[in-house]
Amino acid sequence: MLYSPAPMHIPDGFLSIPVAIILWILSIALIAIAFRRVSSDLGEREVPVMGVLAAAIFAGQMLNFSVTGGTSGHLLGAALATILLGPWASILVLTCVVGIQALIFQDGGLVVLGANIFNMAIVGSFVAYAVVRLFQRLSGGRRWGIIGGSFAAGWASIFIAALACALELALSGTSPANIAVPAMGGIHALIGIGEGLITLGAVTLVLAARPDLLKSGQEHARATVWVWVTGGLITLVLAVLSPLASSHPDGLEWVAEQAGFLEKAREPGLSIIPDYTFPGISNEAVATILAGIVGSLLVLAVALLVAYSRRRKST
Amino acid sequence: MHANFLDPYQEGTSPVHRLDARIKLILVIAFILTSALTPAGAWPIFTLLLSLVLSAELLSDLGIVFFMKRALLALPFVLAALPLLVTVDGVVLLALPLGLSITQQGLERFISISLRSWISVQAAVLLASTTTFPEILHAMRALGLPRLMVAIIGLMWRYLFVMVDEVLRMLRARTARSGESEFSGHRAGGTIFWRSQVAGGMAGSLFLRSLERSDRIYHAMLARGYDGEIRSLPQPGLRPVDWLVLFIVLLLLLSLLVLSRILWG
Amino acid sequence: MSCVVEIRDLSFTYPDGHKALDHITLDLAHGEKVALVGPNGAGKSTLLLHLNGILPRQTGEIRVSGLDVSGKNLGRVRALVGLVFQSPDDQLFSPTVFDDVAYGPIYQGLPAEEVRQRVQEALERVKMSEYSSRVSHHLSVGEKKRIAIATVLSMKPAVLVLDEPTAGLDPRARRTLIELLRELPITMIVASHDLPMVRELLPRTVVMDQGRIVADGPTATILSDPDLLARHGLEQ
Ligand SMILES: Nc1ncnc2c1ncn2[C@@H]1O[C@H](COP(=O)(O)OP(=O)(O)O)[C@@H](O)[C@H]1O
Ligand SMILES: [Mg+2]
Repeated sequence: MLYSPAPMHIPDGFLSIPVAIILWILSIALIAIAFRRVSSDLGEREVPVMGVLAAAIFAGQMLNFSVTGGTSGHLLGAALATILLGPWASILVLTCVVGIQALIFQDGGLVVLGANIFNMAIVGSFVAYAVVRLFQRLSGGRRWGIIGGSFAAGWASIFIAALACALELALSGTSPANIAVPAMGGIHALIGIGEGLITLGAVTLVLAARPDLLKSGQEHARATVWVWVTGGLITLVLAVLSPLASSHPDGLEWVAEQAGFLEKAREPGLSIIPDYTFPGISNEAVATILAGIVGSLLVLAVALLVAYSRRRKST
Repeated sequence: MHANFLDPYQEGTSPVHRLDARIKLILVIAFILTSALTPAGAWPIFTLLLSLVLSAELLSDLGIVFFMKRALLALPFVLAALPLLVTVDGVVLLALPLGLSITQQGLERFISISLRSWISVQAAVLLASTTTFPEILHAMRALGLPRLMVAIIGLMWRYLFVMVDEVLRMLRARTARSGESEFSGHRAGGTIFWRSQVAGGMAGSLFLRSLERSDRIYHAMLARGYDGEIRSLPQPGLRPVDWLVLFIVLLLLLSLLVLSRILWG
Repeated sequence: MSCVVEIRDLSFTYPDGHKALDHITLDLAHGEKVALVGPNGAGKSTLLLHLNGILPRQTGEIRVSGLDVSGKNLGRVRALVGLVFQSPDDQLFSPTVFDDVAYGPIYQGLPAEEVRQRVQEALERVKMSEYSSRVSHHLSVGEKKRIAIATVLSMKPAVLVLDEPTAGLDPRARRTLIELLRELPITMIVASHDLPMVRELLPRTVVMDQGRIVADGPTATILSDPDLLARHGLEQ
């Protein structure tokens, strides 16, 4: 029925709480800035424009094209939204999309929502913006800059967001960096091609039908130099840090442990028979069984309650 | 075409349906936090958390099967944690070829992560399937989400179904013209690049039409007196039973958390 | 094989349990122009979507040019059935008119020269030749409608299927469209509420209501039976 356009929505349980909290804080700060920027650009029109476009991006993620043998390319939309609306509006629109996906469709977790917003809405938009600006500069505003820029922005937004996702998993001790980074990076380097192509197709159409939109998108973005500098920095840092982390996974684990992101793995050998005592019970196995019994009783009681109230209702 | 299948809300009058949405939202987040903070290997605590969410599912009257099906969503991501089996040092349980071995600590961490995500997803499904979207929106507003954000998300939800319908109709129109030539010499389908550009064209026209639609909506809002300020009616107070449920469940979660931290932390 | 479309005992129920088609049996001979009329919700669109397998057949039989509409025939059938949707916006999703009209032929894998030729022919048929490089997005509804028809004519279909073609058109655009359809030498089935158009253009009429065919005969006879029309919400 529903699918993730790219396997990048982290579910709950996969990030450690400190990582999740830090990314929440970062995301909230940037969303707040985005709100200020967009409000001053759009004024009263903000609500309808952002709301309808968020719905459009959400629906647009259902668009696909077949690649080969049952696989297909999809759209995530961060690059498209950035090119057409500017980076700040894009952050808002994608935050709404990612938030709804988590809250209503369980596509990505709730406690880790800050991280998913960070990866897909913020990193995605910033990186896309940096790439688009780079191509504009290089091409001097000529057509090939727009074409090449849309493809590259689509690709990079997916690829770099995936690297961020992999690093977060590694920092949380959920997936070792030397496996997560190449795996996520590799898969999304391919998925990103689909994103780049669809973004290119969409921008081509807008260029044909409403070239004015692309121009205005570039103009009010000009004021925000630091966005594309930041986007460029994120790209560079992640692109350099990821291979580093993946070739020294112990280094990252060390950082994570120092920062308290990781529950320290207990010393091997000591934990087979833990040396704590449950009040009156001395063994984890017994505690587990006890918990199982308590749990089953709870479930049973509720089931009986439901059955009983149903009977009462039907009579 | 009707995209209503998107709405995960299931009609009902169960106690879970009737619990105030604000309380539900807080409890679901507290529950997911608790499971995230429960240390790996604290099996008794995980068992109790699981029975807690199972009980709530039973109370919701929607049937456990429904929840199990929806909870499969998080499953593919478990792949990301799979390497832990062989990369965590510890007591060797099973030696594999290529010099790899599954360790007890690795297994413990892997299962804990999978369990956490499985029970967390169930809690999230419970929230979404027993609470209407406007209720969730109100709850988010009550818990401090900025008015503007709530207004945007509300409008997004309103037009989500319209947009999805639009996309489905476009896809349908594309399928209708995706035919094969009568001469077997021609390979149908065109190139990958061309197909991607067609999909991109759909995305582009969807975007343009949405932008124009948002203009019309804005004018309709102005016509009814919209001035950029979002107003809403005050929310009704909480019933005593809502407070009671909130208090008891939070206490329960907190004690489970403290217990797990003391015994396994 | 004298019939382009043969439908036998076709029934269809939507996933929500609504029975939209109830034992439909219908034949279309070569060159026939048939109207499909009936109140909103009668099942007209549902029936049309079956003709090229967009909605999968549940019970009964459908054949187009002798091909069973299912499985491996779907590709062929989709080229044979030119389905024009009610809203042309859904059908026009490419940057230019040319790209849209070329979709079908390119998908079929035809050589570039033939694609260009087909596009040109199709646009001539709908009197829009000079629009080839225009952007679909900016056309008027009437123009979009004609382009939408061209996008299926370029596939050289055996049967043209139109869902409410005159809905939302102003009188002049409607007139142009009717003249254009009159000149097309091709089998067609048209779902419509526009009874004056039906009378003018389509010699045979099929009346549907609640998923069933309730009348089928010469348009002149059916449209001059006020009782029948009133019973099915079609009074003029
Ligand atoms: N996707 C759908 N799901 C459920 N019911 C549908 C769907 N599409 C149409 N219907 C119902 O099927 C019946 C026939 O619809 P339709 O074929 O569109 O009628 P018409 O085109 O004659 O107005 C209507 O009652 C309609 O509500
Ligand atoms: Mg209809």
